[in-house]
Amino acid sequence: MDRRTFLRNSALAVAGSGIAAEPWRIAAAQATPIKIGLMAPLTGVVAAGGKEVVEGFQMFWDSVGGEIAGRKIEVTVEDDAANPDTALQKARRLVEQANVHFLFGNILANTGLAVANYVKGNGTPYFIPVIAADDLTQRARIPNVVRVAGYSASQTPRPAGDYALKQGYKKAATISQDYSFGHEQCGGFCQTFTEGGGQIVQQFWHPLNTADLSPYLGQIANLGVDAVFVMETGADASRFIQQWSNFGLKGKIQLVMCQNATDQSVIRTLGAEAEGLVSCAHFAEGSPEPSTQKFVADYEKRYSKLPSIYGFSHFSGAMWVAEAIKKVNGKVEDREALLTAVRSIELSNSPLGKTVKLDPYGNPIYDIFVRKVARRSDGKLWNVPVSTYPSVSQFWKYDPETYMKQPSYSRDFQGIKKT
Amino acid sequence: MSGAPMKIDAQLPTASPANGWIVLLGVLAVGLALPALVSGYYVSLGTQVLIFSLLAMSIDIMAGYAGRTPLCHGAIFGVSTYAVLYGVSVAGFPLVTAIALGIAAATCVAAIFALLAIRTSGVYFLLLTLALGMIIWGICLRWTRVTGGENGIRGDIRPAFLGGNVPFYYAVLGLAAVLAVVMWRFVSSPFGMSLKGIRDSEGRMQSLGYNTNLHLFLGFTMSGFFAGVAGAAYALFNNFVSPSTVALTQSVEGLLMAIVGGVGTLWGGLIGAAAIILLENIVSTYTERWPTVLGLTFIFIMIFAPEGVLGKLRAVLTRFRN
Repeated sequence: MDRRTFLRNSALAVAGSGIAAEPWRIAAAQATPIKIGLMAPLTGVVAAGGKEVVEGFQMFWDSVGGEIAGRKIEVTVEDDAANPDTALQKARRLVEQANVHFLFGNILANTGLAVANYVKGNGTPYFIPVIAADDLTQRARIPNVVRVAGYSASQTPRPAGDYALKQGYKKAATISQDYSFGHEQCGGFCQTFTEGGGQIVQQFWHPLNTADLSPYLGQIANLGVDAVFVMETGADASRFIQQWSNFGLKGKIQLVMCQNATDQSVIRTLGAEAEGLVSCAHFAEGSPEPSTQKFVADYEKRYSKLPSIYGFSHFSGAMWVAEAIKKVNGKVEDREALLTAVRSIELSNSPLGKTVKLDPYGNPIYDIFVRKVARRSDGKLWNVPVSTYPSVSQFWKYDPETYMKQPSYSRDFQGIKKT
Repeated sequence: MSGAPMKIDAQLPTASPANGWIVLLGVLAVGLALPALVSGYYVSLGTQVLIFSLLAMSIDIMAGYAGRTPLCHGAIFGVSTYAVLYGVSVAGFPLVTAIALGIAAATCVAAIFALLAIRTSGVYFLLLTLALGMIIWGICLRWTRVTGGENGIRGDIRPAFLGGNVPFYYAVLGLAAVLAVVMWRFVSSPFGMSLKGIRDSEGRMQSLGYNTNLHLFLGFTMSGFFAGVAGAAYALFNNFVSPSTVALTQSVEGLLMAIVGGVGTLWGGLIGAAAIILLENIVSTYTERWPTVLGLTFIFIMIFAPEGVLGKLRAVLTRFRN
């Protein structure tokens, strides 16, 4: 060929190779995926909730195209079977075999405490949107365990105690599942209720997954109380609501439910026996707030059901950590930087519609609704806010340092003020 | 001792002690090499296999050698775990004291169970030990003040020099090797022979003048001691205990490990533990339905090799030799 053709062809070749090399360069710069280990009880007493944890989590990552800060998100889901031993095994496997960058999830407090104990030893960040064990953000804070988009067990029942006083209830009883979440929720209620002059007549505790609650209901019916604070989750909550109605007690003694007992995961399969039940929570799927309604509509379109606290909390939790990952430019390997970023995020676009941030101890501050179970126009049951307690932290109105001097809530200590 | 194997029981061919030592050293060599061959997570699986093989072997002492199948050794194992974690996390004892406490507690519980159960046999023994194990589980579940109830007891009790996967694995390997040899010598001793005699015919042993109840009591208590040592090791491994550690499923799993490996072979416990734990962990990465796979495997083994893996292996080898 002559010189002109040669020069033209070489120029084209160089230009072509330059353009062809560009994608290679970008691909090399694109880092390895961010691996997240999500644990949820896919079998056991809160299996319905566990499934929704995974759904809410996946929905968020899909909404951002499965990648953040240029890195793909890889979620490995493990079933903890609502059992702390299994949760520990799975956590070990996720961290040591699957080499995840951080852990997320679990529902039952006892599983969360077991995993938190494990990550304390190896520094893996662990995010817990649903694990509500008080001390994880109070007396036994672990630096790498953060309650993003979560709540502490005694945080939401305290307004419930105040609500009960305002309704004029003088004597109350509590019935609860016998594990730390139950002890702490009842403690929160009892302390506020008794400090306002109320009296706790008796407290009932039963193991998780109790099929027949009639021994307890029979005793409650004869106590002469104005109201009962009910702390149940999952299958136990459905059973309680049905058996309470079957016993003929609905309407005779007032119920103040914990937020898990009237959660979507429970009430969507119930009927008239659940209508009108009152509970206190930071999330109400019937809230008229536009961002809440948009989230509910999106969730309903995708999963053909209304979102529960499990779906909502993990959606918001994923959103929170995604903001933090963006803040550290995708460098999740630097655990210190990631955790500092997580603690500093003020989440403004969550489905709650209001900006949420963590208090200095690592737990979010929320507006807590008093909400009631009502029927939507299409007949489905959902929780509608009736009134609001603004800016409730995990410490209620107490000074944190003074509050933490009192013992943790347990079966023996329920914060009951002696008169 | 002559080199020919002693044909004491017609059911299973026994290996001669010399062969036994060779096999043991071979297994030990594999065990020592393991951390060099696999990653950290599989080393911790190896530690679990060793701990549970001790449990399975302790069950085999009763089921295989004394002929009484117990369903309570999971509870005895778990009592030791609870005692060790309680001792260190709640009572503040030094680790060695807590471990001694755990083993002592397990041995005492086994002794009490033995007193109650040894006069029965067969299905009744099975049911009685099941019930006794459930009593322990019930106490652990509901005595929240002491055992933590559903939450269990957490701790950080492993000493710093055993902190990593590999150092702890070697410590457990050493413990398992020593304990396995002790158990082996125990069942091969004249006392072990008497237990086998009681298994084969209690009436005949009694007519020969043996105090069969005392033999069974001591055998049961010793098997509880071994289960207790395994339980203490588990406390160090897990740093956590909850009611599921003493539940019936733990006893059943231990018994399954003994059966899969071969009841009456003692070493079958190691094979059974390895089979079940590896199956559980590896299959569950591929499917959620791993209990189905486990069940089918078990059915397969029961149909084609009811004497267990090791029993089948020995039968095949003997047929091959003859």
